[in-house]
Amino acid sequence: MTTAPARAGTAIGMSRLTVRFSSRRSQTTALDDVSLDIEPGEFVTIVGPSGCGKSTLLKIVAGLVQPTSGEVSLLDRPVRGPQKEIGFVFQKAALLEWRGARANILLQAEMRGMDRAQAARRADELIEMTGLTGFEKALPHELSGGMQQRVALCRALLHSPPVLLMDEPFGALDALTREQMNAELHRIWRETGTTVVLVTHSIAEAVFLGTRVVVMSARPGRIIRTFPVELPAHRDYAQVMSDSRFDRLATDLRGLLGSAAANH
Amino acid sequence: MTENALDTAGRQADAAGAPAASAATSSTDGSSTVAAPPPGVGGRPPRPTLGRRALILADSLWRPALVLAAFFAAWWFVAAREYVPNYLVPTPGQVWATMTDQWSELARHTMVTLYETVLGFVLAAALGLAAAVAIAYSRTLDKALYPIVLFAQVIPKIAIAPLLVVWFGLGLTPKIILAVLIAFFPVVISGVAGLRSTDPELLDLAATMGAGPWRTFRKIRFPNALPHLMAGLKVAVTLAVVGAVVGEFVGASEGLGYVLLLANGNLDSALLFADLILMSAIGIVLFVLVEIAEALLIPWHASRRAGVPLTTS
Repeated sequence: MTTAPARAGTAIGMSRLTVRFSSRRSQTTALDDVSLDIEPGEFVTIVGPSGCGKSTLLKIVAGLVQPTSGEVSLLDRPVRGPQKEIGFVFQKAALLEWRGARANILLQAEMRGMDRAQAARRADELIEMTGLTGFEKALPHELSGGMQQRVALCRALLHSPPVLLMDEPFGALDALTREQMNAELHRIWRETGTTVVLVTHSIAEAVFLGTRVVVMSARPGRIIRTFPVELPAHRDYAQVMSDSRFDRLATDLRGLLGSAAANH
Repeated sequence: MTENALDTAGRQADAAGAPAASAATSSTDGSSTVAAPPPGVGGRPPRPTLGRRALILADSLWRPALVLAAFFAAWWFVAAREYVPNYLVPTPGQVWATMTDQWSELARHTMVTLYETVLGFVLAAALGLAAAVAIAYSRTLDKALYPIVLFAQVIPKIAIAPLLVVWFGLGLTPKIILAVLIAFFPVVISGVAGLRSTDPELLDLAATMGAGPWRTFRKIRFPNALPHLMAGLKVAVTLAVVGAVVGEFVGASEGLGYVLLLANGNLDSALLFADLILMSAIGIVLFVLVEIAEALLIPWHASRRAGVPLTTS
């Protein structure tokens, strides 16, 4: 399996990020003074109430949104404009509906002008790894939500990005598929060593997947606390769910998010 | 005349657009031996064989054919009994006789009108798409071009036909320009709607893939706009016929519009009817060609499939 090169320094650096959106009538502060450093190989999950600017945070790292003030760096280089060194997964699979699963994955290669043969080999690897074998030619409308999201994940991983940004990727899936996808994502992260930042509404997902859980407050979005997840690096879904450490952290998070929501 | 053409074309569209659907229903109504193709497992359903495809086609065509036959029967009945005098409504036989007697002449005029229509349509499609791209991509051009496009649309084109004849003479040019002017608008509107309907997340994604605007257009925005665009092109192709014929009305020495005026002046209703049938035929044939192009270009689109999800997990 291809592994992201180990890098010295930080994978993602955010310092004093503030984002204000101004409309004609009002000005809203989406993010307020957010600072966070993420080491290479970390799996950071961000939880928070709706509208706390979690998605905006990811878009800033990807260079799709400019912060009003503050500095962002990706792989020790300042972020100005859209970044290529990342894979991005959205809540919707955002697949091209005229392309089959494999062709959708290979879009990444075509857009980047990657070597065709190499990209095709890598696509086959990913298809096998995510259990899409047999559905290579199926069009998105022929696939279930979980399958579509697998395709989107493969597309984001095709170029072996050092950083993977995921914006509530499993939010639209049913609970069972979601658990399955969590387990798969954990395995993929273990196998590839990619730095992952995942935004989620699910406390269980955040704790199971993360090496660190960042809790944000409702608008304006601030980081309230960061919890290290004291679970082994290699995790089994059923085991983790019955682990007392999981329970304790989940309870802490629930309390914190409850109080954060109650204040607003 | 033109309404007739559009109407027939519309019915034809229903017939051509629904082979899959009617193939699926035919097995339930029991009136036909055509069975729905077995659903494919792990891929697309297998291509029907030639014989089965012919059956599917026949199945989709018998309804409009029946309506058409009833219409002809009524026409023939009214005309043959002379409830209406023959110089007003000729019998189908008289029209057929005229058509065969004067076939070489009529064929020549049909080719002229067909040429004007096709050229006008192709130019309208190219210019319309270019304008749509400009409007969809640039806010400045959007503000500059959209009002002009709209203004050009609300001018009654038929009213500027005489002006075009004054400017460009009696040749093919004014007819082609008129066809372009009439067919242009639906292409622009559908093109802009299609290009603007791209999922913003797909555009974000393209940006993180480091793709330039041309690649994003070619791989994402243009294919995404095709279903809208094809709908606009279908409207445009029927309108292009109208443009060409109206251009011929105003001043021409050949073409079906010219023949129509001639037949009208001579009270030659058989020739007039033959001429109308040929005009409609042009519209229908071109419409069906665009339909076929659509079926080839966007087989994946929701409007063209009877798809069932393959997996439930």
